[in-house]
Amino acid sequence: MRYDQARWTNDEARYEPLLSEKSTTEVSTDDSPLPDDLTRDSLALPDLSEPELARHYTRLSQMNYGVESGPFPLGSCTMKYNPSFTEDLAAHPAAAVHPDQPTRTTQGTLELLFGLQDYLGRIGGMDAVSLQPPAGAAGEFAGILVAKASHEHSGEGQRSEVIVPESAHGTNFASAAMAGYDVVSLASDDDGRVDLDALEAAVGEETAALMLTNPNTLGLFERDIEAIADIVHDAGGLLYYDGANLNALLGQARPGDMGFDVMHYNVHKTFATPHGGGGPGAGPIGVTAELAPFLPSPQVERSDSGYEFVEPDHSIGKVHGFYGNWLVLVKAYAYIARLGDGGLEDASAKAVLNANYLAEQMDFEVPFEPFHHEFVASAGDRDAADVAKRMLDHGVHPPTTKWPEIVSEALMTEPTEVESRRTLEHLAEAFNAVADEDDETLAAAPESTAARRIDQVRAAREPRLSWQSLGEYTGGRTH
Amino acid sequence: MSFNVPDDLRYLDTHEWVRQDDDTATVGISDFAQDELGDVVFVELPDEGDELTAGTDFGVVESIKAVSDVYAPVSGTVTAVNDDLIDRPELLNEDPYGDGWLLELELADESELDGLLSPDEYSDQIA
Repeated sequence: MRYDQARWTNDEARYEPLLSEKSTTEVSTDDSPLPDDLTRDSLALPDLSEPELARHYTRLSQMNYGVESGPFPLGSCTMKYNPSFTEDLAAHPAAAVHPDQPTRTTQGTLELLFGLQDYLGRIGGMDAVSLQPPAGAAGEFAGILVAKASHEHSGEGQRSEVIVPESAHGTNFASAAMAGYDVVSLASDDDGRVDLDALEAAVGEETAALMLTNPNTLGLFERDIEAIADIVHDAGGLLYYDGANLNALLGQARPGDMGFDVMHYNVHKTFATPHGGGGPGAGPIGVTAELAPFLPSPQVERSDSGYEFVEPDHSIGKVHGFYGNWLVLVKAYAYIARLGDGGLEDASAKAVLNANYLAEQMDFEVPFEPFHHEFVASAGDRDAADVAKRMLDHGVHPPTTKWPEIVSEALMTEPTEVESRRTLEHLAEAFNAVADEDDETLAAAPESTAARRIDQVRAAREPRLSWQSLGEYTGGRTH
Repeated sequence: MSFNVPDDLRYLDTHEWVRQDDDTATVGISDFAQDELGDVVFVELPDEGDELTAGTDFGVVESIKAVSDVYAPVSGTVTAVNDDLIDRPELLNEDPYGDGWLLELELADESELDGLLSPDEYSDQIA
């Protein structure tokens, strides 16, 4: 026997087996309370000791790269470290409530939800907040539905267009289209910001909303934001804030003060809850008082007799079961409460400082500035995807690549406030080392990871969506 | 890099081509389009008998980089679709003007072909 770091492989001698492949025991179902015709005679269940179980999951985690493995400067994703105290609180027995419990028995839960509505409202400069949407994109969709309901309520249902800058996140286009709107794409000006003349030309009686993130995708602050708000509002449209880049603004500026009417918060970005990866998430939305009657149901309110659930007068209804993903909301609340006003302000200041400190040491060109919490470097005549793969060999996760398309071979980089000066210098060294390497080395990367370069084409053409034992797996067609 | 733009086809500015054979038209995407998209992994096409209108989208081509609508260069009734693309979407990359064809139409209005780009005009567009 020899030691092997866990790795992705089809080699039966070296891959990490499933729990049920390691060891199973046949368990009788005789004692089952279910009717005989609904039960099997026996069931093969994994039969492992606790250390074997722990080692299995540790090995699986080593096959991956996460924010606990090293720096993870994925631009526009705000990959903060998720502090473990928030996990402890979410696992606390007091957090284990049933959604159908009478509210007189869940006053503490409601107090926390109410408190988070209040925190988020004050951070964003919004009058009312719904915690129900289960993810950032779901928040976008809910926010646009709220805007639509408001237009319809005031007899402006003919408004059929949502304007989205071409550099916006793809989800903005998708959310607007899902809500039934035609999407009008807005070109950027030469400085990488909203072109006011183009915006003037784009707005009109059809305009339902403009979706914007600020700082924008290039990390640039939309310094004409008040003029932008006036143009959209004068045309009768609403201004939507994509909270993707809120980490640059915490305690410094508020979307509500800039004229935004509705926004979503990515708690997995700004407030350090785990990125979902398909698991439970939360994408609360905030709105002005004018839009509050249209929020999803229910809201938590405080009355003389305690906290209670209420349905807003013209609610768009439910966008998720019950009250949103409660335990994710607990983590966001804990993070905000722990940092406090001063801590949040400090976090965003350091996020901006870290991005600028890193960019200053990079050999790759950064064409647009002054940027805030993230910057977009250009890999120039190198393939940004190859640069990214090679960075893994230098012990760091690569930035977001090839987007936004305004910068050719984009390396969109966001170190966040959590990285130390030492780590930022290591990141810069990794970027610069890769910049000096030849194309062949980059094309062959990564060489030191648990998996080498993934065959993306084959993965898309021949997806394996269910478990098959390697012996049975034929590998689809030969290539 | 230069791309293959066959002389006997007409083109749409959204990179579809059409080949006329009497009252039948074969439709596909150009060499330039397949190169821009990169490796195609999925193709969604209409059913035989569907009516297409010139300039409107009739299907989807998905690559590892992008998902793109494809547009009908001319109006007509679908008489055949290239079922081989379901299992072998890579045909679009390997042979965009041959085995990678998308569908055949019975032309509704032959004069619509006159409004399309000539090979020279299309070559200029992608130059």
